[in-house]
Amino acid sequence: MPFDYAPAPESRSIVDIESNYGLFIGGSFTEPTSGEFFKTINPATEEVLSEVAEAGQADVDAAVAAARRAYDKTWSKMSGKDRAKYIFRIARLIQERSRELAVLETLDNGKPIRESRDVDLPLVAAHFFYHAGWADKLEFAGYGPDPKSLGVAAQVIPWNFPLLMLAWKVAPALACGNTVVLKPAETTPLTALAFADICQQAGLPPGVVNIITGAGETGRMLVEHPDVDKVAFTGSTEVGKAIQRAVAGTKKKLTLELGGKAANIVFDDAPIDQAIEGIVNGIYFNQGHVCCAGSRLLLQESIADEALASLKRRLTTLRLGDPLDKNTDIGAINSSMQLSKIEELTAAGEAEGAERWSPTCPIPDKGFWFPPTLFTNVTQAHRIAREEIFGPVLSVLTFRTPEEAVAKANNTPFGLSAGIWTEKGSRTLWMANQMRAGIVWANTFNRFDPASPFGGFKESGFGREGGVQGLGAYLNVEDPS
Amino acid sequence: MSRVDVRKTHKLFIGGAFPRSESGRTYEVTDSKEQFLANMALASRKDARDAVLAARSAVAKWSAATAYNRGQVLYRIAEVMEGRREQFISEVSDSEGVSSRKAGAHVDAAIDRWVWYAGWADKYAQVIGNTNPVAGPFFNFSVPEPTGVVAAVAPQDASILGLVSVVAPIIVTGNAVIVMPSSSRPIPAITLAECLATSDVPAGVVNILTGAPAEVMPWLAEHADVNALDLTGIVDEGVATDLQRSAAGTVKRVRGAAPHANWQATPSLSRMRAFVEVKTVWHPMGV
Repeated sequence: MPFDYAPAPESRSIVDIESNYGLFIGGSFTEPTSGEFFKTINPATEEVLSEVAEAGQADVDAAVAAARRAYDKTWSKMSGKDRAKYIFRIARLIQERSRELAVLETLDNGKPIRESRDVDLPLVAAHFFYHAGWADKLEFAGYGPDPKSLGVAAQVIPWNFPLLMLAWKVAPALACGNTVVLKPAETTPLTALAFADICQQAGLPPGVVNIITGAGETGRMLVEHPDVDKVAFTGSTEVGKAIQRAVAGTKKKLTLELGGKAANIVFDDAPIDQAIEGIVNGIYFNQGHVCCAGSRLLLQESIADEALASLKRRLTTLRLGDPLDKNTDIGAINSSMQLSKIEELTAAGEAEGAERWSPTCPIPDKGFWFPPTLFTNVTQAHRIAREEIFGPVLSVLTFRTPEEAVAKANNTPFGLSAGIWTEKGSRTLWMANQMRAGIVWANTFNRFDPASPFGGFKESGFGREGGVQGLGAYLNVEDPS
Repeated sequence: MSRVDVRKTHKLFIGGAFPRSESGRTYEVTDSKEQFLANMALASRKDARDAVLAARSAVAKWSAATAYNRGQVLYRIAEVMEGRREQFISEVSDSEGVSSRKAGAHVDAAIDRWVWYAGWADKYAQVIGNTNPVAGPFFNFSVPEPTGVVAAVAPQDASILGLVSVVAPIIVTGNAVIVMPSSSRPIPAITLAECLATSDVPAGVVNILTGAPAEVMPWLAEHADVNALDLTGIVDEGVATDLQRSAAGTVKRVRGAAPHANWQATPSLSRMRAFVEVKTVWHPMGV
């Protein structure tokens, strides 16, 4: 007889959400000049959590001016040692408030508390710790004896890991001596606004970090602002290309972290139980809202049936529901817009002849949900094998030889990540070498660390975040000769 | 009676061969005193596409060559150039209107630049790559890998030193290049092509298109099989902006214009870094 889980909800009493938030400019919260606000909701319940300011051109101008003043007057003149101490303070404050931030993240984003608590928040704190230590050691990073900061960084981040993406942007920017104007995603602004409060608690000089909220139009105004020296964007390849076009002809340094369509390749000698866990973690982690998700499963033909049966059995044990419940594996889809996109692409999968399968799983009445889904009989020509779905949807293909696996894995304009499952060391290293992808996980998947550079080949973007290579994105390292 | 010299037909360099432009077009090149030097091939869109095909075909083998081998090949280029030193000096002197002494300094620096980059072949990965101490039981390392096919514009003034300074860092890391040399001073570039053709550089690793960057580069900036642009020699800011905009269509890496850099200065890692992709590999550690 199967055991049922008792509800184990994390209390939300630890968070205190204001009814509305202004823009964090020059060290304090200010009303938007437009007077416009928009609602942010809990995607699991559709409950309105708060109203958030919509920054217009005048607000973007004010935020960039505040960042410029802070850069000229304070931050660029401060010693690396002192910058380091501010960033260490931020790291500690994040650890101290990590439970609150995890609950807030889950409320605004819909991801399971288990993930925000055990993955997002520890990585956020670690990212600030790692970069704090670099602030007074940049001359040892391999970019010359006296690497220079760039100035004001305009940063636009996505909704899938709201606070973690903020950390990936803000920590290296500050460590390298830049000031920041950051725009969080429209649907997940709350943890960025909580981070503004952390900057105040840390006593960070006003204007070093500015947070402005709004939709795509606000982001466009920010990256196109003439007084910005650096643009960093994480999000869709389509918007990334528009930004690359927009900064053409300017002196702005650009780094892009865009979409992916990663192959997760399982050979017949793979440790199969670990591989199944890796496949599940690869595509169903964070509802598949992961740019490096292992969304194409390539199974060696000889083990395809067996692996598929194990995978299906494992998927029936996934628990979809209340993201605040500590036993939940699959939370809510972040927005109705994203849900429509997933529904549209999965419908195309069926229409093009692929076979759809999902475990039976009850879907809550309110909120945005999509069951873990996999498709078999997928060909490389199908949209579900070519386009980024950004949802809990796996396309399964097969291969016979390692060469065929390589050809199929690389047959995409993207190149963010890849997974390899085999017990043969020489094959692992050969495959890792053949993958045209920025991150290769061998016998593991979806691992992240501030010391490990992250970023793509081809249309998955350029520049790295994390590691010593990530510092290059925020330093003036271009030498004309 | 003095001997009537035998003059050379200057052609393109694509896939290890020296074809005329498919378009049949040529343009006249003069020395600094407006005296006729040669009719150069005027590369067309079709030539550019042929060059991309040649470069793409060359990438797999060249990028898989050992670092030691790539270093040997680059050093060999320096050896072959040294043997043609007098020819280069005379061509640079004619093209740039500088004294033989000054031309000699440029040619010597260009030869020495190959030697400098040849030595980097088996070292840049140790300097740009590393292992990463991640917080978990994993072995994690980062290695630089070639971006792929790079389309480059060499400086307009420094006809040989600028060209070598642009091409060497692109190919030492395992990329293939399609390069447009100085439009008005292209003759040393074709002599360099003859050195490359006899230096064990695999066919297609370096392709040289003489002509007008403003005409040919837009096709390369839009070409989906080109991974990166090096706009070093673009003088016109409007042209550079248009090329950057086109590059966005397939998210190409772009190194910006630097037409008047000091080519005599010792380079840094910057040019090699521009056309490598850092790949990071994770593997669990356990028994």
